[in-house]
Amino acid sequence: MDIGERRKERLDRGIKVRTDGIYALMSLRELSYLTVPRLVFILGILILPLVMPSMYWQRVISIVCIYALLALSFDFLAHFAGLVSLGGAFFIGTGGYIAAILNTSFGLPTIVTIPISTLLGAAICTLLLLPCLPLRGVYFAIVTLMYPLVFARIIEALNIFGGTDGIMGVVSFPNRWVEQYFMLTMVLLFLFGMRRLVNLDIGLVFRAVKDNDQAVRASGMSITHYKAIAVFIASAMGCLGGACLVHIYMWSGISQFALDFSIIPIAATVIGGAGTLVGPILGCFILVPISELLRAFGTLRIVFYSLILVAFIVIRSEGIMVYGQRKYHQFERWVKV
Amino acid sequence: MSDHSILQIQGVTKAFGGILALNGVSFDVHEGEIVGIIGPNGSGKTTLINCITGFIKMTSGKVFFRGRNISGKPAHKIADMGVTRTFQIMRPYYSLPSYKNLIIPLFSPRARRTGGWRGGGKLGDRDTVGIDILEEIGFERDSFVPYKIASTLPTGYLKRLELARCLALKPEIIICDEIFSGLSMSEIASMVPLIERLQMDGITLLMIEHRLRELFRVANRVIVLNFGEKVIEGIPEQIMADEQVREVYFGSEEVEEVMSHA
Repeated sequence: MDIGERRKERLDRGIKVRTDGIYALMSLRELSYLTVPRLVFILGILILPLVMPSMYWQRVISIVCIYALLALSFDFLAHFAGLVSLGGAFFIGTGGYIAAILNTSFGLPTIVTIPISTLLGAAICTLLLLPCLPLRGVYFAIVTLMYPLVFARIIEALNIFGGTDGIMGVVSFPNRWVEQYFMLTMVLLFLFGMRRLVNLDIGLVFRAVKDNDQAVRASGMSITHYKAIAVFIASAMGCLGGACLVHIYMWSGISQFALDFSIIPIAATVIGGAGTLVGPILGCFILVPISELLRAFGTLRIVFYSLILVAFIVIRSEGIMVYGQRKYHQFERWVKV
Repeated sequence: MSDHSILQIQGVTKAFGGILALNGVSFDVHEGEIVGIIGPNGSGKTTLINCITGFIKMTSGKVFFRGRNISGKPAHKIADMGVTRTFQIMRPYYSLPSYKNLIIPLFSPRARRTGGWRGGGKLGDRDTVGIDILEEIGFERDSFVPYKIASTLPTGYLKRLELARCLALKPEIIICDEIFSGLSMSEIASMVPLIERLQMDGITLLMIEHRLRELFRVANRVIVLNFGEKVIEGIPEQIMADEQVREVYFGSEEVEEVMSHA
């Protein structure tokens, strides 16, 4: 049989009844069909700190979590609210500096600085991004890219917030277990929270703004209002990551406005599967450790890193998660035409 | 019919650069009426709708809704007052199932304010209301159609979905931009009673249309636009007999055909 005489047929597995949203669970087997992948993911993530060989790799886990929060925030904004954001660095920097200032200048403990910098940082980011929200297209991306550069230069030029030296002496987490499990819990909470959110009625409004903003206006709703809410949620995730980063490194500096925080989450989203929310997190858990492993290659690290990225994009451009979901929910067979 | 006018359009002018798309268009729409707007391509019909509903800013002129000046207000505020519109090129949320498309208007401030349904925001409440509206508008409730992703729906259903979006807002006026265009004869035949029923429910309709035969059947009054200016307004019989209208539409076969019945 050559390719012209047969085609691949894809069939949904029998569990799905009537529509995508409604499942009819008839047996333990079907129940486990739905819960096992989620359990494997959650347990896998919670076990990670225990199986890491060294403290160095445990630290990598925490950093992965920060990138995971950023990737989640990017995926939510880009694929559920229609705003392509390059603001990872902006969110991290804002959250980080707020946490550092609150801790060193006001002596507030970690348990207070993290929630405050999450909310206050998100409010500041949203306020600063508000002027470009009524616009469509690339404007949002440009402005989010611009802010971290502006802030880094302002801090450098005016020598405020410690200038180029940064703010040192920020208090760390009580110990590395608290640090890692706090980070992992936040990632899981936000992941399942966001999955819930995008399927709520307000989540549908976000998706509608992405799909067709004119129709949302015709429905009597201000698109700017809902975009602002989406940006607040996304920047809260980024600022949380920034605050944690500062407490992990015990230091806050202008390198927190580095473009890495904007670009790596996007790469992770592409690799993991855009619009799946869990995909970008998996992408981070693949990309960031690879980048650490490649340190052995010294300056050639970026070359190999880029090659791996290109390979991923060429071979699995749809993303790991999209591919995985398809394989899991459907079976394929060759049929004669 | 009461002569209380619900919508007053006064001297609406819109210039795109040097081109006058609309030039001082004025007319009233009375409560409970169906008003048709006809005119050849490029005569400014859709621009007029966009101006009334706030989707584009008019250069000059005023629009009053129930005596309140709505010109210059943002589109969502105007929709929030009950002046709803459909789009000529349908604008559904393609990635959502049809009934989920209605969650968005049902979630709007107006629907939450005016909706006669008990929407405590509980999961599923709005789904039920959405499916009810879809059934009202001609989606078969027990079929799979209301649950299908909007991108897979045929034109006829998408046009209905446009109307359903307006209905979900409990509108006072629905402004339809070519609701019949692109539909088959049988689809139009089932749409006409729907329009008539909306009128019976007390909703005022302003309809832009190219399908003159169907429009003349339902409309109480017809306004003819040409080159951005109002040529004439009157009851359908008057329009059909009018010499100016024949000139405006010169060469259009359908008009010749409709006119010949006059």
